[in-house]
Amino acid sequence: MTEHYDVVIVGAGPAGLAAAEAALAHGARVAWLDAQATAGGQVWRRDVEHGWPPRAQRVIEYVTQHANATWMPQTQVVTAEASELLLQNESRAWRISYDALVLATGARELLLPFPGWTLPGVTGAGGLQALAKQGWPLAGRRVVIAGSGPLLLAVAATAKRHGAHVLGIYEQASAATVHNFAQKLWRWPGKALQAVSLRARLAGIPYRCGSIVTRALGDSTLQLIEVDGPRGVERFECDQLAVGYGLVPNVELAHALGCAMKYEGAHPCIEVDAMQCTSVPHIYAAGEVCGIGGHDCAWLEGRIAGLAATNASIGASLLRKQHHARTFAAALREYFALDPYIHDLSEPDTLICRCEDVPLRALEDYDDARNAKLATRCGMGACQGRVCGTALAELGRFPRSGLRPPLFPTRLATLGELHSSCSQGSIP
Amino acid sequence: MGYRQRVKSYDLIIVGAGIVGTACADYASQEGLRVAIVEPGPIGGGATAAAMGHLVAMDDDPAELALSHYSLNLWESFTGVEQIEYSRCGTLWVASNEAEFARIPEKLARLAATGVQAELIDREQLYRLEPHLAPDLCGGMRVSREAVVYPPGMAHHLLNRARARGAELHTNRVIAITHHGVQLADQTHLAGTVLVATGCALPELLPQLPIRGRKGHLVITDRYPGVVHHQLLELGYADSAHGHDDSSVAFNVQPRPTGQILIGSSREYGSDTPDVSMPMVRRMLERTFRFLPRLRQLDALRIWTGFRPVSVDGLPYLGNVPGQSNVWVAAGHEGLGITTSLGSARLVIDQWLGRATAIDARPYDPARVAA
Repeated sequence: MTEHYDVVIVGAGPAGLAAAEAALAHGARVAWLDAQATAGGQVWRRDVEHGWPPRAQRVIEYVTQHANATWMPQTQVVTAEASELLLQNESRAWRISYDALVLATGARELLLPFPGWTLPGVTGAGGLQALAKQGWPLAGRRVVIAGSGPLLLAVAATAKRHGAHVLGIYEQASAATVHNFAQKLWRWPGKALQAVSLRARLAGIPYRCGSIVTRALGDSTLQLIEVDGPRGVERFECDQLAVGYGLVPNVELAHALGCAMKYEGAHPCIEVDAMQCTSVPHIYAAGEVCGIGGHDCAWLEGRIAGLAATNASIGASLLRKQHHARTFAAALREYFALDPYIHDLSEPDTLICRCEDVPLRALEDYDDARNAKLATRCGMGACQGRVCGTALAELGRFPRSGLRPPLFPTRLATLGELHSSCSQGSIP
Repeated sequence: MGYRQRVKSYDLIIVGAGIVGTACADYASQEGLRVAIVEPGPIGGGATAAAMGHLVAMDDDPAELALSHYSLNLWESFTGVEQIEYSRCGTLWVASNEAEFARIPEKLARLAATGVQAELIDREQLYRLEPHLAPDLCGGMRVSREAVVYPPGMAHHLLNRARARGAELHTNRVIAITHHGVQLADQTHLAGTVLVATGCALPELLPQLPIRGRKGHLVITDRYPGVVHHQLLELGYADSAHGHDDSSVAFNVQPRPTGQILIGSSREYGSDTPDVSMPMVRRMLERTFRFLPRLRQLDALRIWTGFRPVSVDGLPYLGNVPGQSNVWVAAGHEGLGITTSLGSARLVIDQWLGRATAIDARPYDPARVAA
């Protein structure tokens, strides 16, 4: 038997939470699910020491405790068939159907290869933030944050809060660009305030612009990094390097559902109308998955999608705010555009596909993702090219090849034992 | 540019760079011929990429057995090529009931008559060889020398060898066969004898030779080394492979050298989209769990589909195209094209060169269709 809901929301970050809150307020029966154990998504990830941010806590409590809401934590959508989703968690598999579906699947980090990027001790910037919030010990460790955009400041603040000794923040954009961007911040007073408060918390931590980490070195774990910046090439010791060059929308489920895409740079995102409706009727999308915009966009768009999914009216001021938030995102993209130098950091033996250990050298003869995959196994691993395919697209090599089902590694029992008479493919 | 300047001449123009086309290019170039190979897409990107890559002797039909045995011997010279991922895991045919078990001696005799060594496996040996098999099976038959390979790797290897001997790859599409050769999509003309090896796309160039696509699904798991040791098939496999039902499934599981497990097989007529059919996947996996219940708990990474090129009678078309003395064909290998690619290439090219063939070529003569 398939469980039916008025509204199903995939993703429990700001967009998913806002959609859930709006839909519940209009009387809908809502199921919301997330691959993580706790709600909040990436940006509102619960900190084991400090809990959720207050704004997130309020809405998470409201949505979790609502009688019409069913919360499905640690749950993944593994395939999508005509108006039904096949779900699995650690112990069972089941199907749900919906009148309306809201895709709030967020974004993942854009991980770009450079020599040494696969050494233990090197992570994404968001990856380090998540580790810190989950209680991974950072106290006393020498941490370098590098990459681009305001996320670096938030990551540094989290690391510092957890006792890390942050040696510096290395921003690839030039000092002039960052200065010009700061001059524009008055248009988004909330953002300006956030920046001021972050800078205050990061007092004493060097913030170097026009600087790129070009190499990570170490025998079996990170020991040394090399930075190229206005002061020339420097090498210094550190224990932890977090590199964040930006985010990439998680469009795989939307793609499986047949939603039309548009491109932001080298990466697809979901095309939506003003009501956050995708090209497929009754399927809405909100937040990062519609283009990287940050949690303000996500919150506002989630709310619009939740209202639209329940046929509730949407106020003009909400739409105006959403538009304003998107202009901030566009400015971010413009000012923090990646220096093409970053595309050329890899050396012939730098691994591109970590799942299958494929170095750059092996890919030199290919100009098509499928050809490269068939010949080298690049992208054949468990992540199905989410990392290497995305990086190769960003580096201008070739677009990522099509994803095959299932969307995530899935128990064979889930795929094999779901006849209508037996909806629960539990493991014996 | 004048017409004459745009014509290139070859001894042999091979259309299609799947495993069959590349095997033909390899053999023809080895014989000193000037070879062109025309392929608009990836090398080994069609049925070759979708295939399991099981090198197996099928004994249900004498002609099929002769061609697979001939080809298996030719495969022996490739065992050391890294790109091919050759793994001699052997084939273990599993009997799910006493009747199937009782028929094994006949199979052994048929295989032995051709020269294929196989052995009867009793119940006790069966579980020693494959401890995770379901407990109610009756035994089986093992063919130890059989192997699994990575088919696109073989297509690349064969093509590279041919190119090293001077064969030329044209990344282009053949739009027509002419009196003297082929015309390409960019209006270039190649002159020479034409050999069509385009699998499911054969009717586009040779509509008189019918081919139907028989869709199959495959599932590959994450890495679980040591769970399965042999290519495992149910003895009832041939009923699925040779039956004419619109759809059927059979237990067919393969250990990849990576430790991954490749799970087949389904056969389906009437579907011409490559979309994965979850109901078909469920049927296939149910069949798998009946023989290998242990697999239930393993993670699947990917599911894909492909189309087997099926001729009118299940045997490939290998030879001269009736009424077109300049046009030859090697296509329609259904699910055995990886195994039989090498033998097929020799059979066609030896006939074209007017040489005696190593096995009787008549069962595969395309003239059987025209007649």
